[in-house]
Amino acid sequence: MITTLDVTVPAQLTLALVPDLVLMGGAMILLVWSALRPESDAHQRSVGVASIILAGITMVLVLAWANRYDAGPGPIAVDNFRWLVDIIVLLGTVFAIALSMDDNMRNGIRAAESHVLILLASSGMMLLAGARDLIIVFLGIELMSVAVYALAGLNRRSERSAEGALKYFLLGAFSTAFLLYGIALVYGATGTTNLQLIGGRVAMFALAGSPLLVAGVALMLIGFGFKVALVPFHMWAPDVYDGAPSAVTAYMAASVKAAAFAAFIRVWLEAFPYSYSAWHGALAGLAIITMIVGNAIGLQQRNIKRLLAYSSIAHAGYLMVAIAAASFQGSSAMLFYLLVYTLATFGAFAVVVALTRDGQEAVMIEDLTGLWSVRPWLAFAMAVLMLALLGFPIFGGAGFFAKWYVLEAALQAPVPQTTLAIVLVLTTVVSAGYYLYVVMVMFMRARPDGMPAPERAGGLTRMVLAITVVLILVLGVVPNGVANLARAGRPRIDVDPTLTTLPRRISTAPPDTAPRVADARAAEPNR
Amino acid sequence: MSAFLTSIGYQHWVLPALLVIPLAGALVIWVHGAVTRPRCAPGGDEVATGVAAAPRGWALATFAIEFVVSLGLWWSFDPGNTGWQSVVDWSWIPMWGIRFTLGIDGIAVMMVLLTTLIMLLAVGGSWTSIRARTHSYYALLLVLTAGMLGVFLALDLFLFYVMWEVMLVPMYFIIGIWGGERRIYASLKFFLYTMVGSMLMLAAIVYLGLAARDPATGLPNFNYDWILQHALVGSTTAKWLFGAFFLAFAVKVPMFPFHTWLPDAHVEAPTAGSVVLASIMLKLGTFGFIRLAVPLFPAAAMSPTIRSIILLLAVIGIVYGALVSLVQPDFKKLVAYSSVSHLGFVMLGIFALTVQSVQGALMVMINHGISTGALFFLIGMIYERRHTRLIDDYGGIARVVPMFAAMLTIVTFSSIGVPGTNGFVGEFLVLIGSFRTEPVFALVATTVVIISAAYLLWAIQRILFNSLDKPENEHVPDLNKRELAVLIPLVACIVWLGVYPAPVLRRMEGAATKFVSQVDARRDAMVTADAQSAPEVQP
Repeated sequence: MITTLDVTVPAQLTLALVPDLVLMGGAMILLVWSALRPESDAHQRSVGVASIILAGITMVLVLAWANRYDAGPGPIAVDNFRWLVDIIVLLGTVFAIALSMDDNMRNGIRAAESHVLILLASSGMMLLAGARDLIIVFLGIELMSVAVYALAGLNRRSERSAEGALKYFLLGAFSTAFLLYGIALVYGATGTTNLQLIGGRVAMFALAGSPLLVAGVALMLIGFGFKVALVPFHMWAPDVYDGAPSAVTAYMAASVKAAAFAAFIRVWLEAFPYSYSAWHGALAGLAIITMIVGNAIGLQQRNIKRLLAYSSIAHAGYLMVAIAAASFQGSSAMLFYLLVYTLATFGAFAVVVALTRDGQEAVMIEDLTGLWSVRPWLAFAMAVLMLALLGFPIFGGAGFFAKWYVLEAALQAPVPQTTLAIVLVLTTVVSAGYYLYVVMVMFMRARPDGMPAPERAGGLTRMVLAITVVLILVLGVVPNGVANLARAGRPRIDVDPTLTTLPRRISTAPPDTAPRVADARAAEPNR
Repeated sequence: MSAFLTSIGYQHWVLPALLVIPLAGALVIWVHGAVTRPRCAPGGDEVATGVAAAPRGWALATFAIEFVVSLGLWWSFDPGNTGWQSVVDWSWIPMWGIRFTLGIDGIAVMMVLLTTLIMLLAVGGSWTSIRARTHSYYALLLVLTAGMLGVFLALDLFLFYVMWEVMLVPMYFIIGIWGGERRIYASLKFFLYTMVGSMLMLAAIVYLGLAARDPATGLPNFNYDWILQHALVGSTTAKWLFGAFFLAFAVKVPMFPFHTWLPDAHVEAPTAGSVVLASIMLKLGTFGFIRLAVPLFPAAAMSPTIRSIILLLAVIGIVYGALVSLVQPDFKKLVAYSSVSHLGFVMLGIFALTVQSVQGALMVMINHGISTGALFFLIGMIYERRHTRLIDDYGGIARVVPMFAAMLTIVTFSSIGVPGTNGFVGEFLVLIGSFRTEPVFALVATTVVIISAAYLLWAIQRILFNSLDKPENEHVPDLNKRELAVLIPLVACIVWLGVYPAPVLRRMEGAATKFVSQVDARRDAMVTADAQSAPEVQP
């Protein structure tokens, strides 16, 4: 039995936020606990285990809430989209904490707070997943980012880590300013920060061409562009990804991106569907250069973390294609993609964690030479993950279906995105150049004499690797269940059904034909 | 025979079984390798240590079962029925309108039999030449087989694409790990060339599936027959879509400007890899034209401009391949380039679009698979003995290795197309058939038959018959029983198809006729529809 909540009532709003609140409250308690004892490896691990349990509890709550509650309009969404993003984020959280428990030991990081920071960032992400108000979006982004800024600088002994963290912080703050300014302008143009009301009013008053709104949308696009690392706002990504501890990098590359994209597409689908013509060109352009530049520069990389950084930039480009489709198909495709991308990214970084030696600054692709002959399972897993990121069927498992779904959404969009689809498939071929290079080095080059075999990876790392690879391969053969979930996970938009034929190009109507404000109020749902 | 097959329900399980058997065999070998791996040094000589015995034995057994199972198709296939036979149609991903649909027609049935035969022999050809990491090698060979058969059997375009890509990865590893000196370059080039074409084909397949979507549910539909009837696209769109399919298949065939991956891949691949590439994988390209590209877009494919461009490229390929072969010092490369020439005949036959020429094209596909496969086997066998492929390093070895010389001569005659061998039947039909519609191209192609005789005869003269002037050639052992067992079935096919090709032709005739009439009818219908400026149907 599904209860519909009225999230404008504080008590019911609280009920709608229970999973988020549990995570936040639990994180606070763990924060205190982690500060109570002196830093040690054992303490770090026990806080880590507790954090994983907390994330697990939250996931159970999310699943319970998904089948129990529903909500009308308001600042927080209670829909399948939110729950699915929550699950993807929490999955990433568990992986990230598990990996960092192993990685911290190796890097000599004993701060137990690192796990709590991940939990706090995740609660920000969960807030983003449910945000239906620009202020909540901002709140979620800040909550997530501040924790991640600290995580990026976790390795205090490493200069590169400090450099990356500072860069991330400065550019992050800069981009947040863009976002905030954009939010202000959108508010100025429409008089509201609620996504659905913005959408309704843009349609109602034919605001699509309003310079204020267009400027606001453009600034918000830049703000999101920084967060998800679109070209040309990607400059920070390779340095930060390279400097941060591998587990944190994986978390940034997968979960932070997933949450930012979730908020991105919700804002665009709910608030700006009627300004389609205003943003579509810019967004498609960003997608195209992101795909091209990300993949082209990826070809040059010899440091594996930087390679994965550029690969994640390229994937942001593919995900932009799903947003450019501006349809529910696009949002479903994005959910599916985010899940697979999260699995593949955490898997790939688990390999990096497994290969990192004590005191080694960076893992180069050459370190993988002939890996097949010394660590066949690791080489096999990495090959699967590379092919998954490449989007290859069967051997790359679900990676192919992710691309397939995006491609289908692009071609099935109300305005078919043929150009984007073609750029997507062609840049995928380019990306084969570097993904296959990794595979080639592992399998086709002989391991040089005297090159030591990598140490045996920690148990948690191996577990993460096994889970991700098996899930990717299984979903690569039977994706139907998850695809169904992804389709069910469309944002619920409670606007006038006559307005929901997305997207629609609206010409600027002369002012005297626009309905008066009072009429608009009447037309707004449930107000 | 067919009564027996019916009694065991052969029609209902044969096609999935053909895919499952090699995959199961691969799994067994892989698990065996994973369990016993600690016992052998990586990269060591596994034939000498006996580690190779289990994987190659398993592979041989699996391929033998596969061949026997597929052989039933010869009797169970009904030549009079031009529809799909032995169809299985299972739900796979209902969410995206994707089904697991397999079926065969007269063309596919011959290709399947060719594949299972060649793969069985390929194990024999790898028996002692693959010495390192044999578990992985034979497992990949089995997976590769499943992929190739899947392409021939798929009736769902999505499944077709998946199978098309699936066969790419095993081949990439086979060339890249067990290949020659420049194997890494060759394997990457092979992979990327194929992928450029196939990714565009993927976009085109999505587009078609959406164009043919079910009006009631809005789900795309990728069923071949359904798309043939319901995917209505405008003539401009059709040209673009045809271009995407064309690129995918033209790279694979390979047609003239897209052929540069072929010499590298063929030369660097291990013997069995070259055999599989030449005998089967190239046919997948021409099969794609016959199955998908031409029937789906007859108006685009057979529009005068596009058609003459393709015919021109085919004839350039025929001439160019032959001329380049003429000057090759490396025998393996010579045979590789001769493939470009032979596949040009296939393309000429398909696009000349008469029943005879299409049948001829199908025959050339089979013949090339047999004779070029045999040539690569022979090259591999002599290479194992002398470790050189340069023609100049040999000379007069017919006296030393008489069996080898006899086999090479017969196979060469077949490749040239001497009457009485299978090669003659195919090329003759193509030339006769295409002369009716495309006399100029047919004429040019005919002259090339002389060049092809020149390069091959000249090559075997230098290898087998000149004076025996190099001391290291004086003590080369002749073919052993295993090698003869690999070659004799192929030689038997050469003679059989050269003398009495009727059973094969009869099985393919229905499909060839259907192909030609269907393309003609659909082209006319589309041209008429276009003339009446029917509105373009957007998906």
